[in-house]
Amino acid sequence: MAPLLTMTGIKKHFGGVPALRNASLEIEPGEVHALIGQNGAGKSTLIKILTGLYRRDEGEVTFAGAPSHLSSPREAQNAGIATIYQELNLVPLRSVSENVVMGQEPKSFGFMINWPEAHKRTREILSRFGIEIDVTAPLGSYSTAIQQLVAIARAVSMDAKLVIMDEPTSSLDSSEVEILFGVVRELKSSGVSVLYVSHFLDELFQICDRVTIMRDGQTVGCREITDTSKLDLIAAMLGRNAKEIEAEGLTELAGGSAAFDEVVLAVDKVATGPRLSDFSMSLHRGEIVGLGGLLGSGRTEAARSIFGLDTLTSGTIRLKGKEFKPAEPSEAIRARIGFLTEDRKAEGIVPDMSVRENLTLALLPSLRRNGQIDRDREKELVDEFIRKLGIKTSHMDQPIRELSGGNQQKVLLARWLATKPDILILDEPTRGVDVGAKREIQAIIRTFVDEGHAVILISSEFEELVEGANRIVVMHEGKAVSELTNPGITENALVRALAHHEDATT
Amino acid sequence: MTSVTSEETMRTDYTSRLKDHGGLIALAVILVFNIIVTPNFLQTQTLAVNISQVATIAIVAMGMTLVIATGGIDLSVGAVMALSGALAPLIFLSDFGQAYPVLGLIAALLCPLLAALVCGLFNGIIVSVLKVQPIIATLILFISGRGIAQVLTNGNLQTFSNPEFSYLGTGKILGFPFQGWLALAIACLLFWVVNRTIFGRYLLAIGGNERAARLAGGPVRRVKIGAYVICSVLSGLAGLIVVAINSASDAARNGNLMELDAIAAAVVGGALLHGGKAPIFGAILGAVIIQLVKYTLLANGVEDEVALIAKAAIILAAVYIQQARKE
Ligand SMILES: Nc1ncnc2c1ncn2[C@@H]1O[C@H](COP(=O)(O)OP(=O)(O)OP(=O)(O)O)[C@@H](O)[C@H]1O
Ligand SMILES: [Mg+2]
Repeated sequence: MAPLLTMTGIKKHFGGVPALRNASLEIEPGEVHALIGQNGAGKSTLIKILTGLYRRDEGEVTFAGAPSHLSSPREAQNAGIATIYQELNLVPLRSVSENVVMGQEPKSFGFMINWPEAHKRTREILSRFGIEIDVTAPLGSYSTAIQQLVAIARAVSMDAKLVIMDEPTSSLDSSEVEILFGVVRELKSSGVSVLYVSHFLDELFQICDRVTIMRDGQTVGCREITDTSKLDLIAAMLGRNAKEIEAEGLTELAGGSAAFDEVVLAVDKVATGPRLSDFSMSLHRGEIVGLGGLLGSGRTEAARSIFGLDTLTSGTIRLKGKEFKPAEPSEAIRARIGFLTEDRKAEGIVPDMSVRENLTLALLPSLRRNGQIDRDREKELVDEFIRKLGIKTSHMDQPIRELSGGNQQKVLLARWLATKPDILILDEPTRGVDVGAKREIQAIIRTFVDEGHAVILISSEFEELVEGANRIVVMHEGKAVSELTNPGITENALVRALAHHEDATT
Repeated sequence: MTSVTSEETMRTDYTSRLKDHGGLIALAVILVFNIIVTPNFLQTQTLAVNISQVATIAIVAMGMTLVIATGGIDLSVGAVMALSGALAPLIFLSDFGQAYPVLGLIAALLCPLLAALVCGLFNGIIVSVLKVQPIIATLILFISGRGIAQVLTNGNLQTFSNPEFSYLGTGKILGFPFQGWLALAIACLLFWVVNRTIFGRYLLAIGGNERAARLAGGPVRRVKIGAYVICSVLSGLAGLIVVAINSASDAARNGNLMELDAIAAAVVGGALLHGGKAPIFGAILGAVIIQLVKYTLLANGVEDEVALIAKAAIILAAVYIQQARKE
């Protein structure tokens, strides 16, 4: 059978810096094809070239048997390519329905949008994903995970020949991932091809047929998933020897379990509203406490209450023994707390500012000298963190929006590390970073706590929680309901703890 | 194939160059046009007239640029000009001002600026604390500010003769109008503020992504209020200059339609209406272009109404170029 898509010899430069040197990709009809590679390898760029968002400098693209010269995402959509971009491009202020039917609204009399029909269709599309929400509410009022599922649902509903998913599972928990896989299998069986980008290599073995590996803007291999192993893939991605990597092990968070005697943070029966009604936890020096829970269980809200983003309606927070009631993030930062937020695009980066300006944003007050910013010290610091975290950027004055997703994440982590906090709240810290960088980030977090600081970790990756956290506070519907203590936590135990409370209420 | 792509690359290069230097190109076109068509254009007299008029637009446009950088807009600049312009003569013509001319002059400069500062606080607080849309929030003073100025002056034209005060609008340094130098000095100061100070960094961050700036500890309210205060104080200063030029204050006309000129100048200068950019010298370039277009049409006997249409066309072109360069 002729392939559905072939891309060969693709080259792309951004202002003289090559992003793709010689990339190629081939997808069969009805195939689930994975695309993997380190942060900045060029995966998203290759996709954007395919969908006409960027123009290629050189190379050939054939889609459905004919040479393809798409020059806008709309054309791509019409040609049968539906895409979920890595950075969600939905409109948060518009309703869920508007976002889903955008560009293909049902009309009455040929020109008026038929809203009842649009809402109905949206509900049907979402119900395939097991989502029951008010489709007339603004999309932005829902969690990132829901938003991501909506984006996926929208793409899947478009009747495409090829559905592209750039890191679709980065903010989904395991049950949501299962739902997604179900949909992917359904697509496959109806003859639709799926291009699937992910840093979760385990996932690939569950749903993919073949995998294409990219490194430094080049395609370095393509394998049948049945002929390969996780280690083999990692080795190909990093361009290193599989044995060496095996010897190093795969996660870096585990370690250190000294006696924790100094309480740095004590949260007692805190409530901020319907989504956080009864939250208590303690945090010791040198400790990582995980917050476990399903979507909407109040983990992010718990973090927000500590960081001065939501006002407490009851309960108390004590920081190093003293009552602490921050009214603004700036107060929490002065008290040496940092908060790496979950939504990189909406709450993290300032897209038009440079890597340097983004990295030092939380640090500005301490960079003041003679009424202005101490630029030498700023550059020194930024240089240091770019090196320490291995941030891939052409220079520190490059606008951050031009960095790959994983590298943006590293800049944001650096933003907080640079403030030298005592307590760091990390909401999905390794989202979208590649296996290599994930270990690096985990190692950085480990060093950070070993130096006597403390971390509150929110992660939808159970492995990260189970291995990394000294304790896990399990949350359910805005309440802290139980606590697990390491050593002894297993993924199974965590899943059981979560499911237990789920069952108890439904 | 290759030829097509290189052509396309050229096209994107071309639009981005147009965006970077569009203002300068427009300026060059207007200058060449005037040199050829407008009689007596290349005379120092003409230059002086244009500088003295462009200074007020430029001063207000720089303030407007800061407000726009936060993602806001200030419609009240013209009204604030009228208010501050009306206050000055009231003070130095009062009994106190006549009895103590020096103190009276100082008060006539400071009190109007203070009043303008209060206006800025008012705008800033309504926008950042009460979270009212900037366009609505500043509409309040847009409507009432000029009204207050007219009540203060009983709706009369106030004429006066006070050479010291008039220096603000008619004085010359090295042959060039004083207010031109003033505008330049303010530009240098604001350029430093935007590019070198923490306030400036926060200003751009807030315009670029307000939620992210707040989460990184940015004092969002204070910075926004600061931008509106600076804009109002600069408008107040421009109001004083206009009164000084005319040796008369006319609360009904001082600063009339200035909000449009200032917004146009800021946008032509490269300010993005959704915030995040504050090109101070761009605002000056924009003001010069707006002024020259007005002058060109006036000098060539085109009617005022047509001049307004021309201004609208410039704004349209500037916004179009801004949009076009998004890849
Ligand atoms: N618009 C742009 N301007 C300049 N450079 C860019 C632009 N887009 C991408 N790049 C660069 O191209 C390279 C590839 O980026 P790309 O986003 O394709 O990586 P990726 O493989 O998707 O990484 P990740 O896993 O982190 O998402 C990076 O070095 C990035 O900095
Ligand atoms: Mg990517």
